[in-house]
Amino acid sequence: MEDKNKPGKKIPRRTMLRAAAVSAAAALMGATGVQRAPGAGALTDTAMGKIPGIDPTKVPGTLPGKLGTRSPFERPEKKPSDISARTPLQELYGIITPSDLHFERSHAGVPLIHPDKYELLIHGMVERPMIFTLRDLKRFPAVSRIAFIECSGNFRSGRETMTPQEICGLTSQSEWTGVMLSTLFREVGVHPKATWFLAEGSDAAVMTRSIPVEKGWKDAMIAYGQNGEAIRPEQGYPARLFLPGWEGNTNVKWIRRIELSDQPFMTREETSKYTETIRDHKIRQFSFDMDARSIITYPSYPQQVEKGWIEIRGIAWSGRGKIDRVEISTDAGKHWTKAVLQEPVMDKAHTYFRYLWYWDGKPTEIMSLAVDDTGYRQPTLKQLVQARGTDMGGYHVNPVTAWMLKSDGTVLFKPEKWK
Amino acid sequence: MLIKRNSCYRVAAVMVLGMLACHTNTRPPVPGWPEHFGFGKTATPRQIDSVNISIAPDGKGLPAGSGNAAAGKIVYLAKCAACHGETGAEPTPNRLVATLADTVRAKTIGNYWPYATTVFDYIRRAMPFNAPGSLTNEEVYSLTAFLLYRNAIISDTLQLNAVNLPLIEMPARKYYVNDDRHGGNEVK
Repeated sequence: MEDKNKPGKKIPRRTMLRAAAVSAAAALMGATGVQRAPGAGALTDTAMGKIPGIDPTKVPGTLPGKLGTRSPFERPEKKPSDISARTPLQELYGIITPSDLHFERSHAGVPLIHPDKYELLIHGMVERPMIFTLRDLKRFPAVSRIAFIECSGNFRSGRETMTPQEICGLTSQSEWTGVMLSTLFREVGVHPKATWFLAEGSDAAVMTRSIPVEKGWKDAMIAYGQNGEAIRPEQGYPARLFLPGWEGNTNVKWIRRIELSDQPFMTREETSKYTETIRDHKIRQFSFDMDARSIITYPSYPQQVEKGWIEIRGIAWSGRGKIDRVEISTDAGKHWTKAVLQEPVMDKAHTYFRYLWYWDGKPTEIMSLAVDDTGYRQPTLKQLVQARGTDMGGYHVNPVTAWMLKSDGTVLFKPEKWK
Repeated sequence: MLIKRNSCYRVAAVMVLGMLACHTNTRPPVPGWPEHFGFGKTATPRQIDSVNISIAPDGKGLPAGSGNAAAGKIVYLAKCAACHGETGAEPTPNRLVATLADTVRAKTIGNYWPYATTVFDYIRRAMPFNAPGSLTNEEVYSLTAFLLYRNAIISDTLQLNAVNLPLIEMPARKYYVNDDRHGGNEVK
């Protein structure tokens, strides 16, 4: 057998170039270790300065490849638990979440579904029950829309060393492409007296939610595309329900069945799970809309800042419409000033905001507050507790959050308790 | 009796117009679109039945069969106790048993679930976690009976079936209200 690594054997130039490029990259990675404290931002200048004598203008680079890669110096990661994985909001620059960083929440893992085996059944109160293959779905007139999906259980607090990812990383944004559910409703002939439909996934939880038919006619989509490619398995491959502005759980992934009915089905998720206790022991149900919200992603923990000019940055969004404005306070809520909104400002979409500020180096707290085009103002935690009581449940909790800037430039989350 | 074809059509047209006028859930066709694209296939009753496992709170969809708490306890100990505790009242993250009178934070079938049909539906579609969809309808009725009994909602002798399950009144049902948030300048 020929030894391909035998010295003196002719090696094709292409292989050589690739090998050289790979070893250069390995040297770079070895020198820096490309290791960072958990959640840390980009490599520091000091770490970069330790690279010994690598001049990218003197070494041929890597050749074109079949798939793009991230720079080895950039390693944004989701933060997984047993039931979800959170988007690293503090490491993103814009409003589109890279698909592999889109948050995940599933109730029995991510199923593996072959696209040729996929079928969507629509039945119940319809003129003609129908089965659509993935190919069928793709033949219908398609629509694309940029909008966020947010889990309604998206608020964590409790300690100062928390990142935006840990506080509210269960929100992400993609350009979703698919067929409008109204198109399929016309195709099957939804009965005029149908008021609800059941959406059922083909995961091991066979997860179900009841959705008002009106939402189906208004802006619901059966999405098969995400950011220009096939939807990711973690987001529902090969097709999911997409309900702009509504709590994440209703956007049923891996959707296999839609049943039209004249009553909600009262599934486990819409009774025992995605409901919240409010005042007088009441339990609020079918809380579909995501209230307006914002978070400052820079500066935030674990970033370090210096006295001088700081551009405060973050995202704001509302499940009811467009962000009208974002107000910023740099003095712990005493005064508020409008931030600049980055265009495009879209309906039910993450909107990027920026606010230029000169920090005098004295300890302070910075906060953001979103206002949407219905006039809804993002509340403080205190206001939420006043409205819902101290037994307030953990869903739809969207308070103004504060970052504490210490005189040494440390940035810490300001945790507040409500129980 | 013979009815003229024309008048038949006329009656049908009037009925359709009437439906459109009365209800908001049908939509007029989109200009330039055909009435139907013709993509996809009509689903047969057999195809529908093979995947249709929904159960409505009025009991629609509940299968034949029955079960009681004693039989349910045996299935529970074998297939559920590993995650939910020997009695279901242990302080696991998946606690199932606590009544309204118990002062526990855990949301259980006894203090939080508003419909008994949901217990059957959820066990049948998603439990046990490591083997979802593996239980027989008899086992699911029995487990449902055991959990309702343990939560002090039914007696240990009730033979649960498609008729009596939807009639069970759940203790937490009275607390449920519909969402009344509408945006605007108010916090709810």
